[in-house]
Amino acid sequence: MGVRTWIEGWPVYRQFSGDDGLGRGAAAKSRVTAGLAPRTRTADKVVKSVCPYCAVGCGQNVYVSGGEVTQIEGDPDSPVSRGRLCPKGSASLQLTTGPQRRHRVLYRRPHGTGWEPLDLDTAMDMIADRVIAARRQGWQDEVDGALTRRTMGIASLGGATLDNEENYLIKKLFTALGAIQIENQARI
Amino acid sequence: MIQGSNMAECHPVGFQWVMEAKARGATVIHVDPRFTRTSAVADLHVPIRAGADIAFLGGIINYALSNEKYFRDYVVAYTNAATILTEDYADTEDLGGVFSGFDREHRLYDMESWRYQGGAVRPAVGERSPAETRAPLTAAEMRKVRRSGRGEAHGSGGAAAHPDPDTDETLTHPRCVFQVLKRHFARYTPEQVAEVTGVPAETFRQVCEQVTANSGRDRTTAFVYSVGWTQHTVGVQYIRTAAILQALLGNMGRPGGGIMALRGHASIQGSTDIPTLFDILPGYLPMPHAHGNEDLETYIAAETVAKGFWANTREYMVSLLKSYWGDAATAENDFCYDYLPRLTGSHSTYETVLAQVAGECKGYFLFGQNPAVGSANAKLQRLGMANLDWLVVRDFTLIESATFWQDGPEIETGELRTADIGTEVFFLPAAAHTEKDGSFTNTQRMLQWHHTAVEPSGDARSDLWFAYHLGRRIRAKLAGSGDETDRPILDLTWDYPVAGPLAEPAADAVLAEINGWDSDGKPLSSYTQLAADGSTACGCWIYCGARADGVNQPARRKPGREQNWVANEWGWAWPANRRILYNRASADPDGKPWSERKALVWWDADKKRWTGHDNPDFIADREPSYRPGKDATGVAAISGADPFIMQADGKAWLFAPAGLADGPLPVHYEPQESPFPNLLYDQQHNPVREILASPRNRYQPSGGQRGSAVFPYVATTYRLTEHHTAGGMSRFLPYLAELQPAFFCEVSPELAAERGLEHAGWATIVTARNAIEARVLVTERMRPVRVAGQVLHQVGLPYHWGPNGLTAGDAANELAHLSLDPNVHIQEVKALACDIRPGRRPRGPALLDLVRSYQRRAGITAKTGTEA
Repeated sequence: MGVRTWIEGWPVYRQFSGDDGLGRGAAAKSRVTAGLAPRTRTADKVVKSVCPYCAVGCGQNVYVSGGEVTQIEGDPDSPVSRGRLCPKGSASLQLTTGPQRRHRVLYRRPHGTGWEPLDLDTAMDMIADRVIAARRQGWQDEVDGALTRRTMGIASLGGATLDNEENYLIKKLFTALGAIQIENQARI
Repeated sequence: MIQGSNMAECHPVGFQWVMEAKARGATVIHVDPRFTRTSAVADLHVPIRAGADIAFLGGIINYALSNEKYFRDYVVAYTNAATILTEDYADTEDLGGVFSGFDREHRLYDMESWRYQGGAVRPAVGERSPAETRAPLTAAEMRKVRRSGRGEAHGSGGAAAHPDPDTDETLTHPRCVFQVLKRHFARYTPEQVAEVTGVPAETFRQVCEQVTANSGRDRTTAFVYSVGWTQHTVGVQYIRTAAILQALLGNMGRPGGGIMALRGHASIQGSTDIPTLFDILPGYLPMPHAHGNEDLETYIAAETVAKGFWANTREYMVSLLKSYWGDAATAENDFCYDYLPRLTGSHSTYETVLAQVAGECKGYFLFGQNPAVGSANAKLQRLGMANLDWLVVRDFTLIESATFWQDGPEIETGELRTADIGTEVFFLPAAAHTEKDGSFTNTQRMLQWHHTAVEPSGDARSDLWFAYHLGRRIRAKLAGSGDETDRPILDLTWDYPVAGPLAEPAADAVLAEINGWDSDGKPLSSYTQLAADGSTACGCWIYCGARADGVNQPARRKPGREQNWVANEWGWAWPANRRILYNRASADPDGKPWSERKALVWWDADKKRWTGHDNPDFIADREPSYRPGKDATGVAAISGADPFIMQADGKAWLFAPAGLADGPLPVHYEPQESPFPNLLYDQQHNPVREILASPRNRYQPSGGQRGSAVFPYVATTYRLTEHHTAGGMSRFLPYLAELQPAFFCEVSPELAAERGLEHAGWATIVTARNAIEARVLVTERMRPVRVAGQVLHQVGLPYHWGPNGLTAGDAANELAHLSLDPNVHIQEVKALACDIRPGRRPRGPALLDLVRSYQRRAGITAKTGTEA
């Protein structure tokens, strides 16, 4: 390293000699920083998405590297959001990839004092059995002489952050089962 | 006008457009009990008492009417101002605060007397019982129908009404809507508004002048609201009041006008359009009622409107039944109409909780929902869940609704013991939006597709996967069943293609079913193609066209900068990709824009078509001069000058002759719990509000009743930018937990002095249901208001917290009661009378003792607050 390079590498010198008098930008940048590249630049693919929090519907670009989501940014193309995200939308990388997320089924048996592991296939089978039983148990063919063909044994709540397609299948399935106590956050 | 919403805080990215409008000269007014981030950048903040918005808006209506500030040409042509009512109608002016038809014993209205005068009278939705098919409904049956509310059935248009009533276009007939409106709102004087709402007369005058000066031919005013308006026992009537004002001022269907509901969840609009709601089917078709909807014919007769697009109910319903039951649905079997379960009253989530406590409802699914802290009267929710046979929780993490049996507040108070709780709990991890394909419908009815970026890992699955595979397993287990009640599930079309190692169903195939197809399986492009003979299938008629030409329209992403300001090529909005509803009203009756400055769509006389910046929300080739013949029905009966094509008479309703459970006009009633008597009427509360009495849901005395002084303050709940609803998607994230690390209450310096509360110290807030503790934030943003000559202090409570997560705290919903709006069954959490005291709340059984001591002091019994 020559003396000249050494002096020019000194932030105070750059502060006085360059455009960055207050030393808040280029003058303070180290060689390591200069060599950094955003992980968005090297992503394998960018997937178009929509923020899952409120209903403004801000556009998101989801960056994927090596099969993992590495960053989520606002989509500048969106006429709704023009690239912006709020603190929640900006935290959606943590929402989707953070350590709080659970990836295994948990089971609490009646009167049990703790969680137990359960495999997904068994859980699905047990739930299907319970739906069939609760449906039968709560079945009302008639109420006060009027045809009702329904079950009051099963209820469901949720759906306001679900996709339209998910809500469609939930409503279709439960309606065919005769369940009517099917509700979501829109009630609340 | 932003009222009932803290838009800058809760919809910050959408708020950029308000700031852009302000930069171009728009005046921004914020009406809110609290001075918030929205108030800080508004031109005017109007502090109002929580629960008094109808009085405030009613005052503006009175100002516009008595000072001739309404848009007369618009009002005469496009609203029902000229329509004449029958002699049977009696207003709250005549009957001491209730309308004609009130049945005090059953707490219900008979709406017969609210109808238009002229010709044969068509009854309201759900209340017709054609003589040719069965005897008229008995009074008891009619009450069951009314209790269902089914308010959401009007999510895309009004209720049935006389299509061609008598009118007086001079607006002078004493029984015309315009004159009725004038009399009804005459008592909402600036002096009364000040007394009731706490808004000083001078501030109120400023608002009236700004709103009316910025409305008319050349200018428009927009209203923005959120759950600050809906979460009241008179929530629907709040919005009705704004609708009356906006129709009078000519601000509907025009650019820069309208009433915008800012919705708080990514697809909460979609969850209403394609509902998981008890009272509707996709596309706002009412769920069949056991009385009056016995078969397809009676259903169609009862739910069809003579004029406008709701005349095609049969087409929409038959197409839905075809999409549910495919080839099994034939004309001979009423397209499997009998497979649909029937309602016999209200079956909302709140009735369901009482049914759980009573042991009637045994199994419960939670899809990304956390009622243990997120629903009103949270304790009641947990007690319901503790009494189930089984519970399935599908979420990202262990929210309070998954762990109530282990560490819920009732374990600490001794009300429940883990070993005594018999509920079997399944926690199933859910996939994130980045891990699945699908569409969200945003707050402007726009569908946007999100694509799979990565596969979910471990046991995490989409709810599409869960619903599909659960249905597949149930069908396999029931296969071969000879039980007649199993036919609906066995005959269901349930053959979606699956792909990948997880056997994920194709969301695009589900969208294709929602969009619908013809008998050749070709995708439909418009709901006008739907047929009543079973030759078309369509899962949600208002979404028909979302996959026109087989193209996923919600996935369209032409950059905004490459389009006009309407940006019609980004996503897809229902209906028919129209971005501003009823936009025919942006042109005058002759089809010319009311002004060049406010042009949106107009009639092109050369091409004989409607055209413009947006897709016209009108019949494309209907000339403005077209007038239907006397015998015309359905779409043919829509005049070329009737913009409100989903309404039974084509008009914007100043007066609602049908469709509302609690009156044809809004009335200021006090909240369920209020420190004040109703200064405007003898009637204290909404007389038909829904009361769900339970020992765990006691109500407080109000107004001048003995004991009401025990709860002298008013609490209101709200959101923060950094958290999301009950916190399931925010309290568990390090970034967001750090940005808003603790539950707090906002109080004024005056209230802090009155009750000895210290900034950053602790306070306990108490109602008849429960007591919670919060850190105290003493701030001048909370301003005492003067109501009925007294100073009222209000308490702000963000409702994001619960015991789990990186930032834990008490849930504001512990305080709330279940007293509901009778139209839509929504709880009143925006105005709750309460007490506040310094220090932390007691632990263990002592907490219950504290709440009981308040109940005793206030003399609360099972009857308190339940009067009509």
